[in-house]
Amino acid sequence: MVPLSYYLLLSGFLFGCGVVGFLIKRNIITIFMSIELMLNGVNLSFVAFAARWHALAGQIFVFFVMVVAAAEAAVGLAIIISVYRTRETLNVDQVNLLKL
Amino acid sequence: MSFHLILFLAFGAVCVAGAVNLLAQRHPINSALSLIAVMAALAGEYLLLGAEFVAAVQVIVYAGAIMVLFVFVIMLLNAGVEDETKGSHVAIIFGVPGMLISSVLMAWVVLRHSNTGSVAIGALPGHPTDIAQLLFHDFLLPFEVTSVLILIAIMGAVVLASKPESSAGKAD
Repeated sequence: MVPLSYYLLLSGFLFGCGVVGFLIKRNIITIFMSIELMLNGVNLSFVAFAARWHALAGQIFVFFVMVVAAAEAAVGLAIIISVYRTRETLNVDQVNLLKL
Repeated sequence: MSFHLILFLAFGAVCVAGAVNLLAQRHPINSALSLIAVMAALAGEYLLLGAEFVAAVQVIVYAGAIMVLFVFVIMLLNAGVEDETKGSHVAIIFGVPGMLISSVLMAWVVLRHSNTGSVAIGALPGHPTDIAQLLFHDFLLPFEVTSVLILIAIMGAVVLASKPESSAGKAD
């Protein structure tokens, strides 16, 4: 038996790591991976609460989060390719103009 | 210490190490590989919670499909080591102590003052039959809406990543 609070702490830690990575990283791909880390942390708390309260709907929400993450990854990576094609850089500090 | 707790701590240690390594590495391919380790360890945590189907989908979709897409883009764009930047003083003076205080406070509240109980191993009837009953019966409309979302995402990705001259021709 593992206390639910341990799962919540692990989930919160993963989410916090994602937030920190989103703020301190300068590579646009790594920033994008930090967002995926945040989504994974939230998924863990969904499954833990589903197991605690015997509500299977929590697992269904995880599937929807995965679908949204997949769609986001496809569109986001396409945007990254497009940005790299016009700017020749992946550093977000140098991508600070909406217009070329 | 029960066997369940030992497994939880082992997978949790891999998760924590991978997440910290993602922040510490300066090359995106190293960050991507540590993120794959985090996702595989999370699949182990899902197995401990009795969510077998979610664990399988986590490995196939997240650690498989999505991360392959990331690694593919990193190699396609030939991404190198990211540039060193000077951190801001405000972030170091206020951000780090604030983050430490709030996380310790939150952990203390979660551990001491929440009547959350424990989770037994395999506590959930996460059988694919039950999942399918929920997904294709109770959540049928959201399921169909997500299929439209995927379709839109495919079209958006194709339009965004296509060659500039062909997309400019379509836009005009």
